[in-house]
Amino acid sequence: MTKLWINMGPQHPMTHGLWNLKILVDGETIVDAEPVLGYLHRGVEKLCERRTYNQIIPLADRLCYVSSLCFAHAYCLTVEEMMDLEIPERAKYLRVIALEMQRLTSHMTWLMAIGPDVGLITLLLYCLREREYFLDLLQLQTGARMNQNYPRIGGVAQDIPPNFEHKVNKIFEKFKVRVKDYHKVTNESSAFLKRMQGVGTLSVEDAIAYGVTGPNLRGSGAKRDMREHDPYEVYDELDWEIQVRDEGDSLARFHVRMGEMLESCKIIRQALKKMPDGPINVKAPLRPEGQSFRRTEDSRGEVSYYVVGNGGESPYRLKVRSPIFCTMNVLPKLLRGVNIADVLAIMGSIDVCIGETDK
Amino acid sequence: MNEEEVTEQLKRDFPEGISDFSFPRRGMLRFSADRDRLKDICIRLKDIGFEQISLISALDWREHFECVYHITSYSFGIVAEVHTKIPLDDPKVDSVTPVWPGANFHEREAYDMMGIVFEGHPDLRRILLPDDFTFYPLRKNFREGE
Repeated sequence: MTKLWINMGPQHPMTHGLWNLKILVDGETIVDAEPVLGYLHRGVEKLCERRTYNQIIPLADRLCYVSSLCFAHAYCLTVEEMMDLEIPERAKYLRVIALEMQRLTSHMTWLMAIGPDVGLITLLLYCLREREYFLDLLQLQTGARMNQNYPRIGGVAQDIPPNFEHKVNKIFEKFKVRVKDYHKVTNESSAFLKRMQGVGTLSVEDAIAYGVTGPNLRGSGAKRDMREHDPYEVYDELDWEIQVRDEGDSLARFHVRMGEMLESCKIIRQALKKMPDGPINVKAPLRPEGQSFRRTEDSRGEVSYYVVGNGGESPYRLKVRSPIFCTMNVLPKLLRGVNIADVLAIMGSIDVCIGETDK
Repeated sequence: MNEEEVTEQLKRDFPEGISDFSFPRRGMLRFSADRDRLKDICIRLKDIGFEQISLISALDWREHFECVYHITSYSFGIVAEVHTKIPLDDPKVDSVTPVWPGANFHEREAYDMMGIVFEGHPDLRRILLPDDFTFYPLRKNFREGE
């Protein structure tokens, strides 16, 4: 049969953003694939060279519009390492709470988006409803639903309001019940399982070699999480489990994220109990010098920054490692041999965010 | 293996072309590699157990370019940070994509933004900017709006 290149995107329900997936098809089977990126490129790395260290925090927020706090936090962590700055214990706990809340909202957005991908509009409506609860909590803590600008170099912007723990517990109790509803429409539905099970299988060796990280790597059976392997803030003092699945298919990635949501609830509850009193901020130097590299676990994978300072007001060079940019690399390998109709389920399970991919 | 043992191993394998070892913090190893030995060093690192390439950053130091490779070993819990100097008039370095397929997009991005040519890369094209752009925006001599 004649082979044919098809453009899925830049405007396509599969893309969840603005990018183009070119696929070479032979009948219904994909022979080759090529992601075309750059539609959302804003030149963040160049912009950072003209801004002071503090002005970069809101810019880092806008790298990923779904989990902005993780990117701003990773930036602050890297710069603090360069400045050799130890932040107060309470600020560390506050960061962990905000980060996990952001992970919850991010995973809710993913669950919301995967619904229509496999023909489940119900899931979209359910998740939009519950995501709002977490955004409310995030707003209570940081002051904004999205693009919070919450972490600071040397601490966080503000403390949690009184009665925060009570509100968190109330919403988490409600959420625990709702998760059962999600499982009813997904896991217990044969239509959903047929779309997800055994589709888009990625082996551990390939996943590691191609630079896949985060839930997508854990869905392939590698027990790797930066919160455990390169602990930052207070993750090593809290009790939680890495979610791993061995199958490597779309359903495995789905289960990893579903499990992570409940783990995040666990982490937030513990952090709220263990959090000591004290200051939430320390003063940071304005013109640091040196270089540093830190890795953190975003809701999509490993977010790292490499920052070089030469004693000026702004960094000499700042490099962002965005997880989905690296995961895109594996798409030709992952999509070879699958049917066109399965692309939606596979891409939905990968959780694409173009803001961070295109930088 | 820990950082010191990896250092000893590398010093044994490469008497020349590798220098300036330092340990910025626990689980991190920093060293410089000569441009022409870089690929051999990377192949050796992969054999030792550095499975994943995390990041390739290109820097413009005005006198020369520099490529910084962050290579992760999950089994040892170490990141190796390899610095390689690249002259301004000949911005070429061996590609490590044949060693780690994950380096593909990082190298394309470094080419796109800094104009460093990775020799042996299977498909070196611009990735974020349009194909017909003629400039490399992250170079320090690039002026926006001109």
